[in-house]
This record gives sequence, C-alpha cells and structure tokens, in this order.
Amino acid sequence: MTLGLAFDLLLACALLWSAWRTLSTPRLDRAIILFIAFGLLMTIAWIRLSAPDIALAEAAIGAGLTGALLLDAYGALRQRKRRRKAS
Amino acid sequence: MKALAKTFVVVWLALVFVAAAIGAMLELGPAALDLRAPVTDHLTDTGVSHPVTAVLLNYRGYDTLLEIAVLLLALLGILAAGGAAGSAAPKAAHPMLQASARLAAPLMILVAVYLLWAGAFLPGGAFQAGAVLAAAAVLLHLVGLTRGWDSPRLRLRLGLAGGFALFLAVAAALLTQGALLGFPPAWAGELIMLIEAGLTVSLGLILAGFFLFLSRDLR
Amino acid sequence: MTSGLLFALVGVALFALGVAGVVLIAQLPRRILAFNLMGSGAFLVLVGLAQRGDLPDPVPHAMVLTGIVVAVAATALALALVRRLHALTGRLQLPEDDGD
Repeated sequence: MTLGLAFDLLLACALLWSAWRTLSTPRLDRAIILFIAFGLLMTIAWIRLSAPDIALAEAAIGAGLTGALLLDAYGALRQRKRRRKAS
Repeated sequence: MKALAKTFVVVWLALVFVAAAIGAMLELGPAALDLRAPVTDHLTDTGVSHPVTAVLLNYRGYDTLLEIAVLLLALLGILAAGGAAGSAAPKAAHPMLQASARLAAPLMILVAVYLLWAGAFLPGGAFQAGAVLAAAAVLLHLVGLTRGWDSPRLRLRLGLAGGFALFLAVAAALLTQGALLGFPPAWAGELIMLIEAGLTVSLGLILAGFFLFLSRDLR
Repeated sequence: MTSGLLFALVGVALFALGVAGVVLIAQLPRRILAFNLMGSGAFLVLVGLAQRGDLPDPVPHAMVLTGIVVAVAATALALALVRRLHALTGRLQLPEDDGD
C-alpha cells in the first residue's frame, strides 16, 4: 500500500513537472513533445485509478492523435514561415 | 509593466484557487449520491456486461449521441475554416517503412475489431476502436501510401455521417416504442452492438479526417 | 490519503496551471496546450474524487471517456483556426495580444 502511494506521489510530481515544462519551455517543438509525454503519464495515472477504459482512450487519442495533430501543425507553421522568408 | 501586473494577479488568483479547492477537497464528506449500486443492479437489463459500456450506450446513450454530433460539427468547422487546398502527392517514405506500415495497418484494423467486440464485457468499445482505426489511417498517410483528403466525396460523406445517422435512426425508432434510447432488454445487446459498429467506423473516419483534412495544406 | 484523492489534488493544480496558461500566454499553439492541460485536470478531479472509496465508479469513467474525445475535437478545430490565421496574417497571436 505504501509502495503504491509512493509510486502515486512520484507520478503526481512527474505529471505536474511535465505540465509546467510544457507551458514554460521556450521552444514550441519541445513543448509539444513534453505534452505527449504528459499524455502518456496521464495514461499511467488512469491505470492507477483503475480506469482501463480511459487509459486506452488516453493513450490512443490524448497522447497519440492529439500529439500527431500538434506536430503536424507545428511542421506546417514552420514550413510556411520558412517559405515566407525565402520569398 | 501592465503585463507584469497581469501576470502577478493571475498567478496569485490561481494559487488561491488551488489552496481553496485543496482545502475543500480534504474535508469533503462521503458522496451524497452513490451510483455504483444502481449501475450494477440493472446491468443484466442493459445487454452488455461491462459497466462503462452500459453507461455510455444504455444509461447515458443520450450523451454519446450528442458527442458524435459534436465531433461531426467540429469536422464541419475544420472544413469550413478551409485552407490552401494544395494537396500534392504525399512524400513517399523509405520502402522499409512503407512495408512495415503495410504490415501494421491490417493488424491495427484487427485490434480495432477486437476492441469493439470486447467492449461488451471488457474494457474497450467504440471510442477506443475508432481511435485505433484513425491511427491506422494516419500511419498510412504519414508513410505516403494514402493521399490527404481534399474535399469529401459522397462515399466519404456517408461514412463520416453514417454512425450519427444510424444512432439517430435507432433512437427515433425506439422513441416510437416509448422512450428515446430506452432499449428493450431482449434486443439491447444487438442494438448496442449495431450502434457501436456504426460509431466505430464513423469515429475512425472523423478522427482520421481531423488529421487528413488539416494536413492537406502545405505538403 | 488514497490515490484517488491524491490525483484529484493533482487535477486541481493542473486545472489552475492550465487556466493561468490560457490567460497569460499569447502564443496560440501553446494556449491550445494549456487548454488541454485544463481538460486533463478536470478529468482527474472527476475520476479521482469518485474514487475515494475502494470501488471504481463507472459513471464518471464514461463521462471522462466522452470528454477526451470531445477535447481532441476541440483541439483539432482550434488548430485549424490557428493555421488559417497564420496563413492569412503570418502571426501566431490574436490582434489584441500584439501590444504585449
């Protein structure tokens, strides 16, 4: 029980730290990667809360699909900025 | 200076909010309303034996009906926001990567079907299955095997709206029998599986559409 | 202190962090990230507080499942608008934030 609680505390700290870094890191690409890591940590948190349904959805949607959308948007924005500079 | 003052005020308000909410939660008594017993008591009438699926599609089927409508609206919003429709052929990835994507995609579809089937009695269901389907489509697009979607043609439109339409049709048919989404216990299992199958296909297409419609500009 | 309560408290902190981010950060993609953190915090509070007993409660689980799917829809729509704004103006900020 205490071991479980210790793990939960560690997980809670990791969640808060990755969330904080997501908002505070200066580079946008790093922020997106940190956000994906945050989503995967959330997946573990859902398992600790014995909610396997949500864990499945969070892993596939929260971390996977949202991360892909964000990275794709980042790539498109950077490409457009570069093209604008070139012209 | 003004921005600094704003930051200061917002951070302080957030800290006060956190302190107050934590204090309130620590002295929170036992829940006034416990829904666990009613959910398990009526589980045999719902047609499924996994409580979360029972809540999603039977007890609170209304929420799920509106949810798929919200997803469809979000997709319409994305299409309406438009963008430079310059969808050139996708960049082809390394042949090795393409080959493994070709191998992975059928397996992912198999996983999606399993998740859909298992949702009746185990963790899983239409949402997770739809997400895996969407991931398969995104994977095929990223390695350059499928094109981004430019504007939906009739078949794609039918697929996108089909799950919602099917759900709405079942709800309307049940309305004539008494209540909106009041499943008769004898048919509940079959009807829920039918709705979930439609939802899986539509959810997969809509979630894939979020990616494929958005990634059409600048490629 | 159960793990349900612990994660509910983490959820409160995440929600507050997200709100502060949405209000203070002008760069729009990062504002979307902050909005997602807000959502995750709210979900943790919902499930965590329902979990103070021993048995999990399926009703908040189903609500959060719905919420996650709606959150990705909102994120996709927001990203579409940001990309459109960037294509039209070349900016990643709203006009009223330009003065900051």
